[in-house]
Amino acid sequence: MSLLHVAIISPFLMAILVPFLYKGLRSIHTGWFVLALPILLFTYFLQWLPVTRKNEAIQESMNWIPSLGIKFTAYVDGLGILFALLITGIGALVVLYSVFYLSKERENLHNFYVYLLMFMGAMLGVVLSDNLITLYMFWELTSISSFLLIAYWYDRERSRYGALKSMLITVFGGLSMLGGFLLLSIMGETFSIRELVAQAGELNDHPLFLFAMVLVLLGAFTKSAQFPFYIWLPDAMEAPTPVSAYLHSATMVKAGIYLVARLSPIFAFSEYWFWLVGGIGIFTLFWGSFNAVKQTDLKGILAFSTVSQLGLIMSLLGAGAAALHYDSLKDNIYTAATIAAVFHLINHATFKGSLFMVVGIVDHETGTRDIRKLGGLLGLMPVTFTIAVIGAFSMAGLPPFNGFLSKEMFFTGMIQLLNVDIFNLQTWGMLFPVLAWVGSVFTFIYSMMIVFKTFTGKLQPEKLPRTPHEAPFGMLVSPMILAALVVLFGIFPNLLSYSLIQPAVAAVIPSLIGPGEQVPVHISHWHGFKPELFMTIGVVALGTAMYVTLNKWSKVYQLFPGKVTLNALYDTGLYSAERGSYTLTKSYMTGFIRTYLVYIFAFFIGILGFTMWNQQAFTFKTDQLAPIGVYEVVLVLVIAASLVTILSAKSRLTSIIALGAVGSAVSLFFVIFRAPDLALTQLVIETVSVALFLLCFYHLPQLSRHEERMSFRLGNLLVSAGVGIVVVLIAISAHSNKMFESISKYYVENTYDKAGGENMVNVILVDFRGFDTLFEVCVLGIAALGIYGMIKLRLEKKGGKSDENE
Amino acid sequence: MEILMSIVAGLLLASAVYLMLSKSLLRIIIGTGLLSHGAHLLILTMGGLKSGAAPLLGQHAKAYVDPLPQALILTAIVISFGVTAFFLVLAYRAYQELGTDNMDEMRGTKAND
Repeated sequence: MSLLHVAIISPFLMAILVPFLYKGLRSIHTGWFVLALPILLFTYFLQWLPVTRKNEAIQESMNWIPSLGIKFTAYVDGLGILFALLITGIGALVVLYSVFYLSKERENLHNFYVYLLMFMGAMLGVVLSDNLITLYMFWELTSISSFLLIAYWYDRERSRYGALKSMLITVFGGLSMLGGFLLLSIMGETFSIRELVAQAGELNDHPLFLFAMVLVLLGAFTKSAQFPFYIWLPDAMEAPTPVSAYLHSATMVKAGIYLVARLSPIFAFSEYWFWLVGGIGIFTLFWGSFNAVKQTDLKGILAFSTVSQLGLIMSLLGAGAAALHYDSLKDNIYTAATIAAVFHLINHATFKGSLFMVVGIVDHETGTRDIRKLGGLLGLMPVTFTIAVIGAFSMAGLPPFNGFLSKEMFFTGMIQLLNVDIFNLQTWGMLFPVLAWVGSVFTFIYSMMIVFKTFTGKLQPEKLPRTPHEAPFGMLVSPMILAALVVLFGIFPNLLSYSLIQPAVAAVIPSLIGPGEQVPVHISHWHGFKPELFMTIGVVALGTAMYVTLNKWSKVYQLFPGKVTLNALYDTGLYSAERGSYTLTKSYMTGFIRTYLVYIFAFFIGILGFTMWNQQAFTFKTDQLAPIGVYEVVLVLVIAASLVTILSAKSRLTSIIALGAVGSAVSLFFVIFRAPDLALTQLVIETVSVALFLLCFYHLPQLSRHEERMSFRLGNLLVSAGVGIVVVLIAISAHSNKMFESISKYYVENTYDKAGGENMVNVILVDFRGFDTLFEVCVLGIAALGIYGMIKLRLEKKGGKSDENE
Repeated sequence: MEILMSIVAGLLLASAVYLMLSKSLLRIIIGTGLLSHGAHLLILTMGGLKSGAAPLLGQHAKAYVDPLPQALILTAIVISFGVTAFFLVLAYRAYQELGTDNMDEMRGTKAND
């Protein structure tokens, strides 16, 4: 176990400590103790930057289940370090923010921080694992801790609904992903991602390749809220705002992005990958931004905006797949898409984190997040307003913020797709830039909505639950830092490009990087008069026009009936699944033993009958048969007559006596077939049994002692006749197919010589096979004790008539 | 003879199944009794019938019938007796406590015929 492992596990260890700190030191907000850890981890991960910058990686391995090849392998390369820094950095800011956001008196802080730390550790594990199974374990831990965090206010109905929904969807994806991982490990015979990447070329032709890809992508798409799995994200907004900021904008939803980027070197050679990742990403971008405009809840807007921005990153990763079809980095323009994806990933984490915190502040200080009630907060909350403007303008893609740069690069990447001559792009390729542009227009509109509907216009104090005022300084620190980063990265983007972006891109397209080579990443502000610039100008112009006329055209959203949404589909699907399984179970689980017996016997007949017919197993030989004598015929007639009597008897007493007759006939059979011990036992036992039956009959309750014939049922007759026929057929075939001699010769020869007895049956029972007898004695003993217990021990219900028969 | 005995065992099993599908608890137990008779006869038949003397060395016969199935049946008889006795007392207690021997009523629904 190395220091790296300790770093990954440390949040879990800290989570154990949190409840003690909470109970022991009530006077100090628990968040302050927690805050130290992500800061420490952040500085710890910073020290790896010089290593990853040279496109080198650190690997530390620890055995977990070595016999299955499952190891806890920590692997830090450019991509891993980028995510680790995001997780710990934004984690620290979120913890700081939550210290001021969550009240020390009213909230169960220990729960909150335990879940949050669990999540942080799980997320670090996801991004720093090289072993697929370890990655999957941490992946599910993020699902679970996210479930716990969404339902943090568990007394609210909507929180529980949102938590359950996100759990079902992400766990569905997680399990698919596990399937994909297993297929991958079967194809490559290793769980290590690096070793799989090394044999990417051979995997490509494997018949399981496509299945593995689709299953893994299901995991990535559900986690990263891609179409049509995005529906859990808006409902996850019931979580406390720090959670939304951390999980549902900056980290967890990017786990899917991470997975796609991490496995790109394996899958990206395939054209399906390009179409799935790129196509679904670009459609999600459009769909998320289109739906964000109609939201009235600030967090709802941000949720759909997150969906849309994740779609953007995803589509860029898909477009970056084109780069892998060329052998070297020289003149490879398609790496630009991957660079843009990584750059926007960082940008999105900064501006979306700050926007969520801003919304949290507005909610905290006014008591509502509804944009129809808000307005005119500009004068009251100038600092919050400034942060919101920076975040939202960056999201809209306006200069001089970092969003502008990544949006330009996004357009570049999409336009370059028009030049690609692989993947049949000629026909549908035009859709990519068009959808990207339309999505950007809507992005511009909702970004403006966040700023101007909240902060400008008329203040409506009568609609607000609280009197609005500026937030305390502590709450403003985190969004201020994030906003400062937005501006900083906007003005000096190359701060990032060599330290973080270049090694991360190198990790996504390793096959292109020669030894000692670096991906040329240089982000410039001014490209000259290229199409991208005109696209941005078009976005701003059309977006402004549409924002101003929002009230006129927003009726378009009412064109879609409310019932035809993916949420309705999910709800109906869930309801009908529950309803359907209830109806199905109720239809065959009747509660009558008779029904179940019919199932059992029907299966007995069906399976045995089918096997007999299928194998043509029925044989009939007469060469070994014993002759039929008169006595036997008489006994057979006696048994047949008794059976008819039992089945047709009106009185149960008659049935009991007829059963006795059958028993006696069987013991006579034993006499004829030369089994004296059996005959003796059978006679005695039959007598006792009949006596017991009579005892039972005597105690029949008065009300139903009226005698009646058994009612005839054709179904029962068919089932029982089927059982009889199947048994007869099997018995005859078995008897006609003697495979080998019996082993009884040994018993005959050795009964006297070795065991000193003359009665072979008795010697077998107590000597050769004495163990059977021992446990048969046990059975009788247990039956006797059970009967005694049933009669003597009566834990009566209260007020019952316990001494009725005593 | 073996064919005839197989058919007898089949008849016993068919009647047993028919009884077990009825509503009265007593008939179900009678059914289990018939079922075990059928099974015992089947074991004996499958071991071969009348191929020699009774399995007692005092007979000094050339051939004896197979003693192993007989030992198996003896064990089976005793076990089925134990189980039947237990069932019967269970039924008797059920009569006492529930006041019915109708399987439908035991489930909580009204008997419908």
